[in-house]
Amino acid sequence: MDGRHIQPDFGGINVLDRLFRRRIYWLFLAPALIVYTVFMVYPLLSSFGYSFFRWNGYIREGFAGLANYSKVLFESPYSERLIGALKHNVMFFTATFAIQTTFGLFLAVMLNRGGRFLKACQVAYFAPYTLSMVVVGFLWLLLLNPTWGQVNKILAAIGLGRFARPWLGDTATALHTIVLVNAWRWLGFPITVYLAGLQGIPEELHEVARVDGATPWQVFRSVTLPLLAPTIGMVSILTFIYDFNAFEQIFVMQGSSGSPFYSTDVLGTFFYRTAFGDSTTGGEVGQVGLGSAIAVLMFLVVCVASIIGVRLTRRQEVEM
Amino acid sequence: MRKSRFLLTCLVCVAFLAVAVAAGPGAGAAAKTELTFWSWRTEDIDAYAKFIKAFEAKNPGITVKFIPYKNTEYNTILATALQGGTGPDIVQLRSYGGMEALAAAGYLVPLDAGTVPGLAKFPKDLLKGATNRGDGKTYGVPFAIQTIQVIYNRTIFDKLGLKEPATWDEFLKLGAALKAKGYVPLANGGKDGWTFETLFGGVAANFYGGNEFADAVIAGKTTFNDPRFVYALRKMLELRPYMPASFMGVAYTDMQMMFAQEMAAMMIGGSYEIGTFERLNPNLKMGVFAVPGEKAADGGYVGVYVDGSYGINAASKHKEEALRFINFLASAEYGQMFADELSQPSAVPGVKPKHPVLAEMLALAEKRSAPHLMLVGFRFEQPSGSTLLQNDLQGMFSDKLTPEQVAADIQAGLAKWYKPFQK
Repeated sequence: MDGRHIQPDFGGINVLDRLFRRRIYWLFLAPALIVYTVFMVYPLLSSFGYSFFRWNGYIREGFAGLANYSKVLFESPYSERLIGALKHNVMFFTATFAIQTTFGLFLAVMLNRGGRFLKACQVAYFAPYTLSMVVVGFLWLLLLNPTWGQVNKILAAIGLGRFARPWLGDTATALHTIVLVNAWRWLGFPITVYLAGLQGIPEELHEVARVDGATPWQVFRSVTLPLLAPTIGMVSILTFIYDFNAFEQIFVMQGSSGSPFYSTDVLGTFFYRTAFGDSTTGGEVGQVGLGSAIAVLMFLVVCVASIIGVRLTRRQEVEM
Repeated sequence: MRKSRFLLTCLVCVAFLAVAVAAGPGAGAAAKTELTFWSWRTEDIDAYAKFIKAFEAKNPGITVKFIPYKNTEYNTILATALQGGTGPDIVQLRSYGGMEALAAAGYLVPLDAGTVPGLAKFPKDLLKGATNRGDGKTYGVPFAIQTIQVIYNRTIFDKLGLKEPATWDEFLKLGAALKAKGYVPLANGGKDGWTFETLFGGVAANFYGGNEFADAVIAGKTTFNDPRFVYALRKMLELRPYMPASFMGVAYTDMQMMFAQEMAAMMIGGSYEIGTFERLNPNLKMGVFAVPGEKAADGGYVGVYVDGSYGINAASKHKEEALRFINFLASAEYGQMFADELSQPSAVPGVKPKHPVLAEMLALAEKRSAPHLMLVGFRFEQPSGSTLLQNDLQGMFSDKLTPEQVAADIQAGLAKWYKPFQK
């Protein structure tokens, strides 16, 4: 009903009504805001606070200043573990990025041609993404098992038995194997987003290019790719955030010690076992201060890199 | 108008909800006291139900609710609950360092022979597993000791006419003989680092010189760079040819399956395996022997440690009832039930296990035993001796580290916090 018509009759209530209307958005924001504050802002701020204190087990003691940070950054064995974990995160991201922007993009372009068979393929590629990371981890743990797993058996059956190895137990292959398992699950997401991006590019532009005599590669290189660049940028930023916070898959497949011999240790597992104690050794005491410092450093890395990434993507958009 | 009335209705609803929530709990008083009991032994639910039934029969008015959590998540869940001033009445506690952190934070009720008379019978060495080194008080009633030795498949040994070895060389020859017949001699793998610590616990004491070295290194009179320790690490590598193919990918559950399914003839493992093996394969015939030393006379150490204990949450509202339950857990009656039901060595003194393999294990341990070094002496702060040893052994068995480097890394890591190494 239109409020203006009622105004003369209910003048008194109208004041209240207007007041409510001006502030009413708070009422609708409140539920989300409260949940967000309690479960995101508060823990974030409190772990930031924790990192500046000395801890004795689970008791908070005196103010420590930057001591936790200097310990994590400069003192052995923490500094070595931190650098090792950071390197593994970088490797994790770079490899995933490389796979999704080559193989993933290629698949997206192929799938974009349409057809019933390709539609089915699209579903197949996306299916693993709907599975929980824990399920995927256990599944591949079974497949890669050197004694009973199918991977080594298949290798032996096709005469490649000499390549069979303890994929997840060998320091040389463990992290690469994890990256591939992650890609197997994750790829459905970038493919789907790329597809949406590809379908948003007007067909006329391709047409014009073709009429001008461009080869399919030239069309892709000079029309499709530049128009898809913002999408690729956004997906890359999301991948970066995801890969720098990687934890579940490695925890499920290798435990929290970055087994074997720290070769799959990432910032997430390093943080977990420092803050809560290494669950695989059974009964080690957590170090809340150091753990919080690692968490804050992780946050800073992801935050700064994401801001730069978003800026770059925006600039690209403006240029176009 | 309609909008404001809608808003008013909303506000009234919210107010009603708030009142309802506030009035919800706290209605009605229970006649019985219910104690909650947290544990990491999800696999022992049935056994604990029996133990609790026996307690409840004698203590009308008290019921006990057993709530187990996943082993690897238990520490975190428990610590978080205790930190928040909640948690169970009865707490299953890890031993040594895991217990000490909780005791030092004041989350546990100290126990002594006054409140728990049964504790007076426990030997001092066992109580160390439940004692806070800071204040010297005991905070738990130990429930099990574990021993580490070789468990072997008697059927395979009999079939091939093999005998328990008396020296290290005989042990290696035994491995070769089993391998020649197509068996995996030793089920031990390396994917889960902690199983390497168990392997170490069964083998190393024979070569670093048992309790003499252990006492010296715990007291800070020697270091891990001691040639005896490096030698023990080097000897461990001699087992490599007898471990499964691709052993670095063989996880703990794989080891158990290999042994239980009779693919592997031996496994260096803890006394806690017996129950699992029999569940997996009821027809399995097992024997045990201590890993032999170089000469028949100087080896045969069994690694021994306290597995954990039961304690009382300082924030419990039913401390008196909890104490009654704890006294029950310290009784010989409970110890016997525990040993028979779970096929694990009870920590309660004087309990004779009915299980023949278990009895044999305890007899071996009584003959010659050494403390499970890193757990007993160096698992109190980070980086713990266990973390260092487990990861470094993975490195050593992958040829990334030499035994000397492993020793140096362990020493450097422990020197960060272990006072006797800082002098």
